[in-house]
Amino acid sequence: MAKAQSMPNRDYNASVLNKRMRGWVLAGSVTLFAIVLLVLWLAPFAYMVSTSLKTQQQISDPTSPLWPSAADQFEYEGQSLDILVVPVNSENPAWHDVNGDEFQDAGEASVEPGVYTLALVTPGREDGVFVNPADPEAGAIHWIGRWRALEADWQFAPQWANYAEAWELPSRPFTFATLLLNTFAIAFFGIIGTIISCTLVAYGFSRFRIPGKGFLFLLLVSTIFLPRIVVTVPTYALFVRFGWVGTWLPLILPHFFANAYNVFWLRQYLMTIPREMDEAAMIDGAGPLQILWYVIVPQLMPAIITVALFHMVFAFRDYFEPLIYLSTRPELQPISVGIQQFNAIFGQRPALIQTVALMGLVLPVLIFFLAQRAFTRGIVFTGVEK
Amino acid sequence: MAISERVFGSFRRKPKEPRGRLTNLERHETRWGLLFLSPWIIGFLVFILLPTLATLVFSFTDFNILHVEDTRFIWFDNYTRMLNDPIVTQSLVRTLKFFVMAFPLAIIIPIAISALLNSENLRFRRLFATLFYMPYMVPLVSAVLIWGGFLNPATGWMNKFLGSIGIQGPDWLQSTTWVYWALLIVGLWSNGNAIITTLAGMESVPRELFEAAKIEGAGAIATFMNVTLPMVSPIIFYNLTLASIGLFQYFLEPYVLFAQAGDPGGSTLFYPMYLFQNFFQFQEMAYGASLAWVLFLIILAFTAVWFGLRRFWVYEAERE
Repeated sequence: MAKAQSMPNRDYNASVLNKRMRGWVLAGSVTLFAIVLLVLWLAPFAYMVSTSLKTQQQISDPTSPLWPSAADQFEYEGQSLDILVVPVNSENPAWHDVNGDEFQDAGEASVEPGVYTLALVTPGREDGVFVNPADPEAGAIHWIGRWRALEADWQFAPQWANYAEAWELPSRPFTFATLLLNTFAIAFFGIIGTIISCTLVAYGFSRFRIPGKGFLFLLLVSTIFLPRIVVTVPTYALFVRFGWVGTWLPLILPHFFANAYNVFWLRQYLMTIPREMDEAAMIDGAGPLQILWYVIVPQLMPAIITVALFHMVFAFRDYFEPLIYLSTRPELQPISVGIQQFNAIFGQRPALIQTVALMGLVLPVLIFFLAQRAFTRGIVFTGVEK
Repeated sequence: MAISERVFGSFRRKPKEPRGRLTNLERHETRWGLLFLSPWIIGFLVFILLPTLATLVFSFTDFNILHVEDTRFIWFDNYTRMLNDPIVTQSLVRTLKFFVMAFPLAIIIPIAISALLNSENLRFRRLFATLFYMPYMVPLVSAVLIWGGFLNPATGWMNKFLGSIGIQGPDWLQSTTWVYWALLIVGLWSNGNAIITTLAGMESVPRELFEAAKIEGAGAIATFMNVTLPMVSPIIFYNLTLASIGLFQYFLEPYVLFAQAGDPGGSTLFYPMYLFQNFFQFQEMAYGASLAWVLFLIILAFTAVWFGLRRFWVYEAERE
């Protein structure tokens, strides 16, 4: 505004203001559109969290709210009564039972129009006797209308017990903790393998003159585009031959032989590390391995951490290989395969299905949020020229 | 230099260095270099090159993992069997049909979302980008379990939402036509990587280009079509190629959702699912290998076409 005030020309002032208004409107509408889209985009998460905390009774009631809740109850004279949302108006009048006369004419004792939450004592066909949980001493209330059409008074009531039940994996002799440990163990050895092998290979590609290096690198990167399906059959046969099917080895060992994504990313990072330090170390008599360990690796740490995080998430995602190699050994399976049959077993218990779905994704999503910078750095660096 | 550029950039030969005897030092360096590359070279031979060739060899035999000793060559019998196997044709047509439906959307939707996320008018851009990317972090099985519930016509939210705006939602997962759209939605939702790479590409377009376009009097749409899109075309190409390869191998989501039966009514018995069944359920490994090899050739052919068409629309920066 200060800028605009210093301008003597009124039309100019107006046009600056106009422009600013237009900017606000544009920013507002674009952001609003993005918010709407995002709400739709994330709705499945909300569905998952909410459903995982619901009772079976609520899930089968189509009039129940979206959030986890239970129909409120009222203890009255030793009975547990349903609390319903009762509208009182000219079509559905209600009276306090003053003289024991159920259907006296409207008078002082008639209930003011409004919406009340009342506990149903005696259901009738076209009427009902209620009591007000807030003021049970006031006695019975007679209400005219179809009580079956009334909605329950849903109160927020998350069912944490669903998690305890799902954790026990009802169809298995072990708990979810086993699956979690398996996933971590497979991920841990895979991370070790991928870090060692990819660092070595990236070092080789970035610091050594090798005949045909350009071709080898192109070959490495083109393996990203290899359809996995073509190597599955013989690789499986090979591991059967070794007697490794039913162990973790087929899931861990291949990671000790480097992969295109991680080598590419580590090499990119390595190229930004100046060679002067290598050379100084070389003059001091350090060999290639010593240079790698004392000079390169400490500087490469951020990239190595990114590789480790990506591999961690990969270990949680990976489904096909654990499926084919561990199908006969449920006690060795990682989460992805371990929770797969829940869809079939608990077809009638959506709450439990959503509970395991959440238990399967919470760690990778959490790792992603905590280490967001490392992730975006990796993606941007690998995918795009910077 | 980016992966996309590495692969898709012209692979130009460098002028040969004058041939001469390698000095001792150079030979020493080469030896160390190859030593460092050896994990990958061994891995490439053992886990990629040999299996690829072995698949071809298997496809000419009656190899069975249970009777390895009895394996003999039957040459093209597996392939003639494929020609006479009605499920092969049906499942291949199904896979192609799904490809035709999904491929354009798998390209356009991530571009549209990243264009929105890259808009100057959007506030909290980082936050939006993070949240749109997040589903990519969700493991496949969890994603399928979530969507299986979300799309349930009785207890899910999808049809509740549609109902609230007056649309009667279909029975997504039990209808032989709607199931493809359901799978497509799940696939797009999990495709955060395409969104985030495209967005990163858009963000790295030099500002000068936009200023130049503004001076030329180009509007927002013209700028997007003539500046932004060409500049990110290498990344679009990278995602497009991966999407094409992925769609031909697509079967895991319906496999988890329907416990491999190809429900509803065989409509999700995609070609790779049939391959998988032959391999692991029917113990028909050799037949599975021939199915795999045919699929490999199809994917290779499509990939070659994308690479061939690349020069018509993919922008290549000048290289030194």
